Amino acid sequence: MSLSRRTFLGATAASFAAGRVFAASKAKIRIGLLLPYSGTYAALGNNITDAMKLVAGKLGNKLGGREIEWVAVDDESDPAKAPANVNKLISGEKVDILTGPVHSGVAMAMMQIVRQEKTLTIVTNAGAQAVTGQLCAPNVFRTSFSNWQTSYPCAEVMLKDGRKKAVLMFWNYSFGQESMAAFKEGYSKGGGTIVKEIAVPFPQTEFQANLSEIASLKPDAVFVFFAGAGAAKFVKDYADAGLRDKIPLYGSGFLTEGVLGAQGAAAEGIKTTLHYADSLDNGPNKKFRAAFKEATGREADVYAVAGHDTVHVLAQALDKVQGDTSAQKELIAALESVRLDSPRGPFRFSKAHNPIQNIYLRQVKGGKETVIGIAQKEAEDPAFGCAMVK
Amino acid sequence: MSFSLFALQVLNGVEQGLLLFLVASGLTLVFGVLGVLNFAHGSFYMLGAYLAYWIAARTGSLLAAVLIGVPVMALLGLVVERLAIARLYKRDHLSQVLLTYGLVLLFNELQRALFGNDVHGVDTPTVLAFRIPLGSAQEWPAYRVFTAVACILVAAAMRQVILRTRFGMRVRAGASNAEMVEALGIDVRKLFSVLFSAGTALAALAGMLAAPLTTVYPGMGEGVLVLSFVVVVIGGIGSIKGAFLGALLVGLSDTFGKVLLPGFSSAVVYAVMAAVLLLRPRGLAG
Repeated sequence: MSLSRRTFLGATAASFAAGRVFAASKAKIRIGLLLPYSGTYAALGNNITDAMKLVAGKLGNKLGGREIEWVAVDDESDPAKAPANVNKLISGEKVDILTGPVHSGVAMAMMQIVRQEKTLTIVTNAGAQAVTGQLCAPNVFRTSFSNWQTSYPCAEVMLKDGRKKAVLMFWNYSFGQESMAAFKEGYSKGGGTIVKEIAVPFPQTEFQANLSEIASLKPDAVFVFFAGAGAAKFVKDYADAGLRDKIPLYGSGFLTEGVLGAQGAAAEGIKTTLHYADSLDNGPNKKFRAAFKEATGREADVYAVAGHDTVHVLAQALDKVQGDTSAQKELIAALESVRLDSPRGPFRFSKAHNPIQNIYLRQVKGGKETVIGIAQKEAEDPAFGCAMVK
Repeated sequence: MSFSLFALQVLNGVEQGLLLFLVASGLTLVFGVLGVLNFAHGSFYMLGAYLAYWIAARTGSLLAAVLIGVPVMALLGLVVERLAIARLYKRDHLSQVLLTYGLVLLFNELQRALFGNDVHGVDTPTVLAFRIPLGSAQEWPAYRVFTAVACILVAAAMRQVILRTRFGMRVRAGASNAEMVEALGIDVRKLFSVLFSAGTALAALAGMLAAPLTTVYPGMGEGVLVLSFVVVVIGGIGSIKGAFLGALLVGLSDTFGKVLLPGFSSAVVYAVMAAVLLLRPRGLAG
């Protein structure tokens, strides 16, 4: 019985002019998820995953005609375990496409391997410059952001507000350092002066001494990088020290993202720049936020949007190549030509495979993140050191 | 550094140290008298902060949170002591570390299951929601002054209890020679239970008082635990007075380390600890 079926299948396959298409339509497409499902970043990993599955469900759980099979691995946001986890997905599970991670350290470890293995990879959060810079590769795309994109545009915003003397304060690890470097690039180009840079060891959250210092320096504005619990505490301490009304606070969007509730009234008036805001007034955003809320009971956020866009990007490209992941050259070309009407606005890939996207200027008003304009239209990461950009 | 900025930084350091004292005092007592290395002490701080958030969100009052939360945590301390810690008195430090670290993991999971992984803010009580101007540029929230005063009051009360009461006498005796105390017919078991429970309540109280200042988040106990151990080592194991001095020293060196040696600020506290240990191996008050 089984033999005759196999013979039949073989005969049928052979009778198709494009046998490849048939084979591809049969096998499931295996999508690897290398994301944190435990630890500090668990909520981010879950939002990315749930958004991806939600969108996939709306597409009939198929990409390019092939049914999706998810293979998820908890990366624990641990760079030391990243090589083993990446190998498990690529060599062990034989995924067709690898997606993730949240943590930049994990992303760096992943880059070393996927550049060798040539696995088609979509980075769904980590903003490390090298992913689409020095380490950029034809088989690696990013659907989230680069650190540069979240901070560089803020420099112009501050200068436009007439703030020419700034103090920088940041968590001293790669995310903070890259944000600051990008900000400084824009700020000095526009004629601003940096009075002092205060590097705080990660993940310290005792800021009093530095706040007294800022108060005595009396700059025009302060630009900071903190995220999560550190961002919540910093914004509260800043307001408590009476500095909020005297020296305005600016930052990349991660300063208020996800912690606005904890910051309360202390966050009022803070201006930040990011490629997304919950309150963005466009059709795809409203539709996605409603669907995400209905499916998960939670509010969608910038991380969920990256998951949403990842699946849409893949769907568009895989449709073009009829789901044939073995034709990698064609698939990469298809990805490069993707145009998306994303919840974050128009989305396309740069030559370095980082999104070209609007960076919005947001301000906290009445406890809500409101969009007050576009800080930089179609911002493209400079992709320093990327060989794919001439 | 101008004089006014210097004075301000001293104030910052003292304020940071006082809150640290509240956590470290319980740790040093449990370590000194019970002889138990309690890694779960930071978890009690964390649970205190989460309880403050949870109760304050429902009652709208941090005072209610403290009045309900401290007895609850004291009770939890009793239960933990009876079920787990009591089995450790005759064991070596390695067993103690294993068990109490297991408790840390347990409490962290409990926090995740009960309260989730989000960062939460706790509102400052409305009576204290004003700010006191300090110098020309900075202000100090009245709540920070309040916590500093509260910590000093608790320290003074502990001093009275330890020096002037029968219970305090037994604690002091237990700290210097527990076997002798037992031989004199004092119920050490009961003494240990009460002491552990008090230590738990102190850590939780610190967490509750700190909640409006630090916000409430997963893993907040671990950072405090490490600094508290530094305080205990600097101050001398089992000494409340030492913990007080040690906490102030840690607060001040951390504050000035941040301003004067920004690149090495996280190492300054440990350098101070090493220096103290070289000069006084048994700690400041050991």
